[in-house]
Amino acid sequence: MGRRLVRVASLVVALGLWQLLTSLDVRLWLRFDQFPTVVEVASAFADRLGTEAYRQDLGHSLRRIAVGFLLAAVLGVAAGTAVARSRWAADLLGPLVEVVRPVPAIALVPVAILLLPTNEQGIVFITCAAALFPVLVSTRHAVRALSPVWEEAVLTMGGGRARVLCSVVLPGALPGIFGGLSVGIGVAWICVISAEMISGEYGVGYRTWQDYTVVDYPGVFVGMATIGALGWLTSTAVETLGRRVTAWLPRPADRVPAGPARTPGTTRSAGPAPAPDTAPTADSASSAPSAASAPAVSLPEKEPVR
Amino acid sequence: MSTVSPSADAADATAAPAPAWPGPGPAGAELALHGVRLGRPGAADVSGPAGLRIAPGELVTVVGPSGCGKTTLLRTLAGLLPPLEGRVTQDGEPIRRPGADRALVFQHDALLPWRSVRANVELPLAIRRVPRAERRRAAREWLERVGLAEHALKLPHQLSGGQRQRVQLARALAGGPRAVLMDEPFGALDAHTRAGMQDLLVEILRGTGATVVFVTHDVDEAVHLGDRVVLFGTGEVLDVPYPRVREARNEPATAALRRRVLDSL
Repeated sequence: MGRRLVRVASLVVALGLWQLLTSLDVRLWLRFDQFPTVVEVASAFADRLGTEAYRQDLGHSLRRIAVGFLLAAVLGVAAGTAVARSRWAADLLGPLVEVVRPVPAIALVPVAILLLPTNEQGIVFITCAAALFPVLVSTRHAVRALSPVWEEAVLTMGGGRARVLCSVVLPGALPGIFGGLSVGIGVAWICVISAEMISGEYGVGYRTWQDYTVVDYPGVFVGMATIGALGWLTSTAVETLGRRVTAWLPRPADRVPAGPARTPGTTRSAGPAPAPDTAPTADSASSAPSAASAPAVSLPEKEPVR
Repeated sequence: MSTVSPSADAADATAAPAPAWPGPGPAGAELALHGVRLGRPGAADVSGPAGLRIAPGELVTVVGPSGCGKTTLLRTLAGLLPPLEGRVTQDGEPIRRPGADRALVFQHDALLPWRSVRANVELPLAIRRVPRAERRRAAREWLERVGLAEHALKLPHQLSGGQRQRVQLARALAGGPRAVLMDEPFGALDAHTRAGMQDLLVEILRGTGATVVFVTHDVDEAVHLGDRVVLFGTGEVLDVPYPRVREARNEPATAALRRRVLDSL
C-alpha cells in the first residue's frame, strides 16, 4: 500500500516539476521557455484522443508491432532451440547470427527498402529483426542450461525427439524464453517507432515526427506519452503471460519461512499457509500454484531455474 | 524377430513375450553384458564388470565407491550410452537405444518441475498414448501405492526429498517397465527415510515381476535389498543369503557378506 503511494507520488512530483519549470519559462542553462507545459500537453492529448487520425495511428503501430513481434517470437524460439539442440543448426546458423546481431535493426532500413515491395512490410521486417535476436539468444541459453536428467527420463520412458521437445525442452526453457521476449518487446517498440519516423505512413512514430516538423511541440509530447503508454501496456502483457505460464517456478511465497527451503528432510511441505490440500477429486488439468496467499509479489522473478 | 548374430550366448536367451499394457505385470527382462568395456568416448575408461547376466525378475544391487562409474553402467543398460566394446543385451537382443522397457530412476530432481505430481506419473503412459481416463486411473493407483494420493495436484518442489523419490518410483513403475534401473535413488535421503523407502520399494515391486538393477554406495542397502550383490570394481557377484529380510540383518551369513563387500571397497 505504502509502496503504491510512493510510486504515484514519484510520477506526480515529476509532472509538477515539469509544469513549474515550463510555466515559469525557466532558463538555467537548460531552457524551458519553448517547452510545452503539462497542461498544454494534456489538452492536446485530450483533443487528439477521440479523433479518427489518432485511432488510425494507434492501429497501424499496434498492428506492425504485433506482426513483427509475433514473427520474431516464433522464429527466435525455433532458431534458438535448433541452434542449441543440433550441431548442424549451430554450424549453419551460428555464424550468421553472430554477424547480423550487432547490426542495429534500424540500420537495416536500406535492406528493407531494397528487399521488400512495400513500406509496411519494411517496418514489420525491422521490428521483427529487432526483437528476433534477444529472443533467439535467450532461448539458446535457456535450452542449453536444461538439466539433461529430464531429457534422459523422457527417453527412458520411450519418448522420441518430438516428445522431448514438447515435454522437456520447450516447457523447461520457457522462463528463459520469456526473459528474451520481455527484452524483445522493448526493442521492438524502439524500432517500430524509429522505422515509422523514417519511412512510415501513419503510425505513432510517423505522427510524432510530423508534429515535430510543423513545430507542434505539444503534439510531439502527446506522441511520446502514447508510445510510453503502449510500450508499458505491451510489456506488462508479456510479463503477465510469462508469469502465468511459468507458474510452476518455486516462488519466495511458496517457501518455508525459516531455514533452507526445498531441502530433503522435512517430511511435509509445511507451507506458511495451510496449503490447499485438495482431495484428489478435482479433474482440472493443471494444478494451480498453491500458495497464492501472499499479495501477488510484483518482483520480476525471471531467473531460469538453473 | 531375432536380428542378433548367431553367437553362443544369444542362443540361450529365452525371449519373453512382449508385454501389453495394462497387463497383470509384464515378465521381467533378462539383461546381460558380454565382454563390455564401459565408458564415454574420449573420457577415461570405467572399470566395471565386463560380463554379467541378470535373470528375469531378479533384484541385483551394484556396490562401489562414489564416482567409480556405476551410473555409467546404468546408462549403458538403459541404452543412453553405447558400450565402448562388447554387447549389452536384453533377452538376447542388443540394446541400441533407450526405451520404455527399461525405466531409469535417478538420484534426485528427475521429476519435471512444471508438471504436477500426477502429470509426472502419467507421463510414461501419455508417451504410450494410453487414453486419458485410463492414465488418470493408473496414476491414482500408483500414487496411492506410494502413499501420496493426496499430493497428486502439487508440484514437485512442494514435496520433500523423500516424497519426490516416491513419485519417481511411481512414475517409473506406472509405465510397466520390464526392468527398472535405479541410480542411488535413496542416496540423498536421511537414514530413517531411507529404510522406509527400501521397504516401500520391496512392497511396490511385488507383483510387477520387473528385473531391478539397484546401484548404491551403501553396503547395508545393497546387502539388504539384493538377491545378489555385484561388486563394481572387480565384477564379482555374491549371493545374498537372506534377501530383503530385515530380521536377518545380524545373521552370521549376512555379516560375512557385509564384511566381504566392505573389504572390496
